[in-house]
Amino acid sequence: MPTPGPPLLELAGVSVSFDGFLALKNLNLQLASGELRAVIGPNGAGKTTFLDVITGKVRPQAGDVRFRGRSLLGRNEHQIARLGVGRKFQSPRVFEQLSVQENLALAVSETKTPMGLLRRPLTNTQRQRIHHLLEVINLAPRARHRAGSLSHGQKQWLEIGMLVVQAPQLLLVDEPVAGLSDAETERTADLLRSLAGDHTVLVIEHDMEFIRRLQTRVTVLHQGQVLCEGSMDRVQTDPRVVEVYLGAGQEQP
Amino acid sequence: MSLLLESLFNGAAIGSVLLIAALGLAIVFGLMGVINLAHGELMMLGAYTTYVVQSFFKLPLLEPLFGAYIFVAVVVAFLVSGLVGLLLERSVIRRLYGRPLETLLATWGVSLILQQFVRTVPLAWSTGLWLAAMLGLAGPLVVNRLWGLRQRPWLLRLGSWVVAAGVGVAAAGWIRSAMPKLARASARNVDVTAPRWLRGGLDLGDWTLPVPRLVIIGLTILAVLAVYWFLNRSLWGLRIRAVTQNRAMSDCLGIPTQAVDALTFGIGSGLAGVAGVAVSLLGSVGPNVGGDYIVGCFMVVVLGGVGNLWGAVVASAGIGVLTDVIGAGRLLEIWPQMPTWLQQGVEFFATTSMARVLIFALIVLVLQVRPAGLFPQRGRMAEV
Amino acid sequence: MADTRSRWQPRWRQVLLWGMGLALVLALPSLVSPFRLNLLGRYLSLAIVALGIDLIWGYTGLLSLGQGIFFALGGYGAAMHLQLNCHSCSRAAGGLPEFFGLYGVQQLPWFWEPFHSPWFTLVAIWLVPAVVAGLLGFLVFRNRIKGVYFSILTQAALLVFFNFFNGQQKLINGTNGLKTDLTRLLGLMVGSDTMQRYLFWLTALLALFTWLLCRRLVRGRFGHALLAIRDDEARLRCLGYNPTPFKTMVFALAGGLAGISGALYTVQSGIVSPQFMAAPFSIEMVIWVAVGGRGTLWGAMAGALAINMAKSLVSEAWPQTWLFIQGGLFLLVVTTLQGGVVGWFQEGGPRRLLARLGWRARLSTYPALELETGQEGED
Repeated sequence: MPTPGPPLLELAGVSVSFDGFLALKNLNLQLASGELRAVIGPNGAGKTTFLDVITGKVRPQAGDVRFRGRSLLGRNEHQIARLGVGRKFQSPRVFEQLSVQENLALAVSETKTPMGLLRRPLTNTQRQRIHHLLEVINLAPRARHRAGSLSHGQKQWLEIGMLVVQAPQLLLVDEPVAGLSDAETERTADLLRSLAGDHTVLVIEHDMEFIRRLQTRVTVLHQGQVLCEGSMDRVQTDPRVVEVYLGAGQEQP
Repeated sequence: MSLLLESLFNGAAIGSVLLIAALGLAIVFGLMGVINLAHGELMMLGAYTTYVVQSFFKLPLLEPLFGAYIFVAVVVAFLVSGLVGLLLERSVIRRLYGRPLETLLATWGVSLILQQFVRTVPLAWSTGLWLAAMLGLAGPLVVNRLWGLRQRPWLLRLGSWVVAAGVGVAAAGWIRSAMPKLARASARNVDVTAPRWLRGGLDLGDWTLPVPRLVIIGLTILAVLAVYWFLNRSLWGLRIRAVTQNRAMSDCLGIPTQAVDALTFGIGSGLAGVAGVAVSLLGSVGPNVGGDYIVGCFMVVVLGGVGNLWGAVVASAGIGVLTDVIGAGRLLEIWPQMPTWLQQGVEFFATTSMARVLIFALIVLVLQVRPAGLFPQRGRMAEV
Repeated sequence: MADTRSRWQPRWRQVLLWGMGLALVLALPSLVSPFRLNLLGRYLSLAIVALGIDLIWGYTGLLSLGQGIFFALGGYGAAMHLQLNCHSCSRAAGGLPEFFGLYGVQQLPWFWEPFHSPWFTLVAIWLVPAVVAGLLGFLVFRNRIKGVYFSILTQAALLVFFNFFNGQQKLINGTNGLKTDLTRLLGLMVGSDTMQRYLFWLTALLALFTWLLCRRLVRGRFGHALLAIRDDEARLRCLGYNPTPFKTMVFALAGGLAGISGALYTVQSGIVSPQFMAAPFSIEMVIWVAVGGRGTLWGAMAGALAINMAKSLVSEAWPQTWLFIQGGLFLLVVTTLQGGVVGWFQEGGPRRLLARLGWRARLSTYPALELETGQEGED
């Protein structure tokens, strides 16, 4: 595990409500630079909203989100992304009409303005990164195929690949192994682990085996709040977590 | 004071036409996310229906009731446009859910066909056709309800279509001989004769209120109340709202979502027909009459947002009053000593069409502050 | 990317095709009557506005129903210049164009003044529409207004402009429009056959340039970004792209192309009038692109040419039926032929049609398709 430095990402007292329904309630969370963190929680715990708040899609009613000491509130999605926050979406969202290579080229591009894209071609280093990534995510033979023709698992990998070539400091990964085979799941876990250290990675996942394999600190969300935090073993034995996941509370008055 | 009242009344008059025209469009857009570019042509059908109905009431038999034909026209126009809308939904729109831009183009195609239809097909035949379609569709339902004939449904359907076709042809033939004005197709405009009580003005002290305007205001209020009641108090209204909120869940709860779609669209179209009756009281009726009103409808929908009915009401009232204030150059009356450059500006915009230009600019400005209109939809699903 | 060089090596078939195209364009004036040539020239200029619509709708996914605004602005620019520089035309008092006399206008409106200059006009016919489009686009896209909202806003804008131009007799001759066929350009009467022949060639040249420009834009990452905006804008934002400048730029570009197209159309049809901004015309433009094949440049151009030719032929023979046919085309293209004709060919439509007719086409004639089926086999 990396040594805990100053927090790279900090959520302080974040609350989000949709027409009175509190999706996040006074949420506090800190992420150290270089950390790999897993976030779990039952359905409706606010996991996706939590990512939406960080990436600027949802504005919280209260609280603050700080990234590298700067507040992210009031910034647009693209501004936050340019600061170094990358996101992989829950169901894979790749550009299906573009080829695998073109998808990665959009992600790797450093200029993100219209004129920049027209004037500056990709540099050699960027091309090499794309080729390297294509090998890593096992899609080199399909580089020229339309992303829409890929299988579900391949799309997941392509999106992870896009996230990596985008080279953000903070990677937000939403359910990376949903729909993947066991072998693919293992490879994904290894990939994410290898990224930690250079990058900070936050993974949201349902798959407990996968989380265990990450061998890292786990945060449990429940009803928009942090329920507990710690290693997988500790979290799994925590009575509150057991209660939330198994619904034991209803049977014990 | 009287200036203010006059402005308010004119604003309400303009706004009520806008509102009744936009109501169906706004409902369909708000509930189904579909913009119906043929809405104006459905209004045109309503206006032509008014014309046909008043022709009927000019026959000797119905002549004594001529004053009341407008009420019949409202109902028939609702049915005519509603039926056309229903057919449109079943045949075209249904295939295009989730692809709003394609729906836009398809409905435009429909509007072209409808326009050309009224240009080339005599009203007598259109009336017969509509009668036949109505009977053919409704026949099996009625027979089923009355006698519960459930064997060989295809025979029943076939029979009812045969009967309907016969009735349609007979009706068209009779209309041709009884009302020669409806016998030939024409691209020219026709004029609806308003009953006597609908002409002239209502004297109120020092100014008169034109009666047709008052009737349209009343009709609009009724329509809004009816829609409000239907959506919020009736069973089908509940179902419609449920489908809007969560289609998959509604399906699971046993709500017939396809019927709900058809009904929603049919009602939106029917309201266009009612708007057509109102429009026919204001001027002559032609194949292009819908196009004159559709822009106003768009402005109402854009400004009002798709959140709720009140968005449309407030937006059309606002646009109505502004149209009057700008279009009639009322600022000059309110503030006669304004500087010359401003005065020239006010005069430049002091026609109805120029008022529209300014109002459009204002709407674009409002959208800078409230991008989703005055009454936006909220929640996690709202932002795509 | 690695094989860019090989892609640029000349292929004999291509050279032959281009050569034939060039020969056809050069020879066409002597092959067809001046009347037909004039029609062809007009339709070619409409292909330019279609390319713009393809960029904004086919590639970027924003359906503009208001391209007529920019089309007409370009047309008015050209017509104003011609009217001002027509030395042999009859004049109103003060040397103003004739129509001003009808409304008793003594002084040239201020915005006419710069159109004395041919250079200003050449710039204005594309720059003015581009700026108007860019401004409107920026105000709309900034607020993330898109989809149907954008479409009906553009249509409302169109009708507003229509009203404006229709109502301003004293400024631009209102509903009558401005005529150009009796004016002179470079010593030739604009409506003359000789001038029309030159204009045809000019139009063909500009259409080719526009096509090359658009092709340059849609290949490469800029074009990919446009497709990404069309298909999943929110995802693109999370990659750090701001879609607003992209959309604004493309809308402005489409506006500029519409302006050029409108100017060329005006000088070939002999008049510009507010009818250029009538709502049906702008939607017609969209249907050319839709029928030809949105998202393919060839499709947009071919659609504009083919539908307009069909329109003139059908209208000559059976004037009543064209609107029915056009309405039917709208329905057909959105319900069954979504990729348009070019898209249908690209997706293997002919093969499927043959297969349905009981004709087993050999796969080897469609290498692209073979690849597609091969891909699915691997999974």
